[in-house]
Amino acid sequence: MQDKTHSSYKQLEQKSKYTNMFLRWFLYFVLVIFALYFIFPLYVMVVTSLKTMEEIRQGTLLTWPSGLNFDSWLVAWGGRGYGAGDTFLKPYFWNSIKMVVPAVFFSTFIGAMAGYVLTKWRFKGDKWVFLFLLFGCFIPYQAILLPMARTLGVLGISNSVIGLVLVHTVYGIPFTTLFFRNFYVSIPSELVKAARIDGAGFFKIFFKILLPVSTPIIVVTIIWQFTQIWNDFLFGSTFSFGEAAPIQVALNNMVLSSTSVKEYNVDMASAIIAGIPTLIVYVLAGKYFIRGLTSGAVKG
Amino acid sequence: MFKWLEKNLPKIVMAPAVGLIGWFVYGFVLWTLYISFTNSKILPKYELWGVGQYVKLWGSRKWLIAVDNLLIFTALFLIFCVVIGIILAIFLDQKIRAEGVLRTIYLYPMALSFIVTGTAWKWILNPTLGIQKMFIDWGFENFTFDWLVNREMAIYTIVIAGVWQSAGFVMALFLAGLRSVEDEIVKAAKIDGANLFTVYWKILLPMMRPVFFTSFVILVHISIKSYDLIVALTQGGPGISTTMPALYMTQTAFHKSQVGLSAASAMMMFMAVAAVIIPYLYSELRRENAR
Repeated sequence: MQDKTHSSYKQLEQKSKYTNMFLRWFLYFVLVIFALYFIFPLYVMVVTSLKTMEEIRQGTLLTWPSGLNFDSWLVAWGGRGYGAGDTFLKPYFWNSIKMVVPAVFFSTFIGAMAGYVLTKWRFKGDKWVFLFLLFGCFIPYQAILLPMARTLGVLGISNSVIGLVLVHTVYGIPFTTLFFRNFYVSIPSELVKAARIDGAGFFKIFFKILLPVSTPIIVVTIIWQFTQIWNDFLFGSTFSFGEAAPIQVALNNMVLSSTSVKEYNVDMASAIIAGIPTLIVYVLAGKYFIRGLTSGAVKG
Repeated sequence: MFKWLEKNLPKIVMAPAVGLIGWFVYGFVLWTLYISFTNSKILPKYELWGVGQYVKLWGSRKWLIAVDNLLIFTALFLIFCVVIGIILAIFLDQKIRAEGVLRTIYLYPMALSFIVTGTAWKWILNPTLGIQKMFIDWGFENFTFDWLVNREMAIYTIVIAGVWQSAGFVMALFLAGLRSVEDEIVKAAKIDGANLFTVYWKILLPMMRPVFFTSFVILVHISIKSYDLIVALTQGGPGISTTMPALYMTQTAFHKSQVGLSAASAMMMFMAVAAVIIPYLYSELRRENAR
């Protein structure tokens, strides 16, 4: 009798183990299916860029290339070497670098200072000042495009890298301020107060107390700003054309330019070149990238 | 003099940020608002003209198509991103092996520009050599997939690419939310006999209300602003069938030189975003004050 209940219990346990195992497999199955869905476009981009047009016409999206053929990468980067109408990414890649580096630097610096003041040198109405800046994260840029275009014209820097540096610096400030402010809020103000009693000034406190512990938030901010500015298309396409264009605009022009034959392999190689800097940053520092994404959104 | 400087140094340091945002955000929005009430064509005119541009805007077939598309896109984009995001977050939360790798894969599209991913999707979705050909070569001879060049269906290709790009972001938000819940709550529920499904459906997901709210705000805001993806994928075509407000605005301003009309459309976008964002900022601020 006792034996029987024992065995039926065992059976039950066995059964639940099977359902558990089944659920587990189901779990992994769904996760892998989604992973394939997410990886699919990247895979297609890479293999297409390594094929010749002949291979593309004969095979399908998924067909493995016949060899490592980087010709279309070279064409995308450096062109074919004939004069007019030969567009390639190299000069625009450098435009983007020249635009990103100063814009990231200035917006990060201004945001760090603003975040420092808003948390450690509080004044009356500072919450409102923060809200005033924060709203800038969300405005649709269409509402500032027209006056911005005129302003850049008046300043004589329309269609130039300098103009884009100004635009990206200004519209990055709300985000950088948000990051630094939310980070400095969590650093105890007692340290700052003690230093003030000891006679340390505004900048000394910043450089001696806050800056040494700021590395993570500086990394988050730089990665966020770099990704945003590198990937921008709206400002780039509105305020620049021709030789001053950043890489995303050049990529779009290259893909849209309708020559006699559509070269999908060159298009894909161009897209990868335009995407690779941010992709590398993401793979190397994904943790900081995600922190920027979620802290930009979750906290206000 | 020196004393004054020292006393006001924090405010002086704060001034560039406040000044730049005051001028380039608030000042510019007010300028656009003003221009939307004038009859500006190629160049801005400053005599007031009343609400004529808004009347013209809402009488324009292209704008109505743009608004229609925005509503369709926003609804589908929201639903798919949130559903996929939640499923991935919950599944990843089950002590999965290789979680880091999977998470990296789900989120990498966020690191790429819409121009890059739009270029890839355009190639994948093109009817001659893309997915359609793949299925035909596999033996499905009557398979057609021509949404990209089909007036009725092209807007859904933008949804496909948009969801692909942003679903991982919702996953990251929910995963962070789920991870912040105390283990004790889940353990207590399990001791009370609740199975995993009940734990999520009845306890954890209702606790995620702020995350739902945040995702909603961020996604709606992304979709109102969506511009790059459409430019890369369809340029608003075939015809004008995939026009959206952001595209309408830039085309009216910079190709058709109807500055007043484009300002009016920009203000409509601004109001739509403000209607979503202001309650959000207000509630976030209240939550922070309560802390």
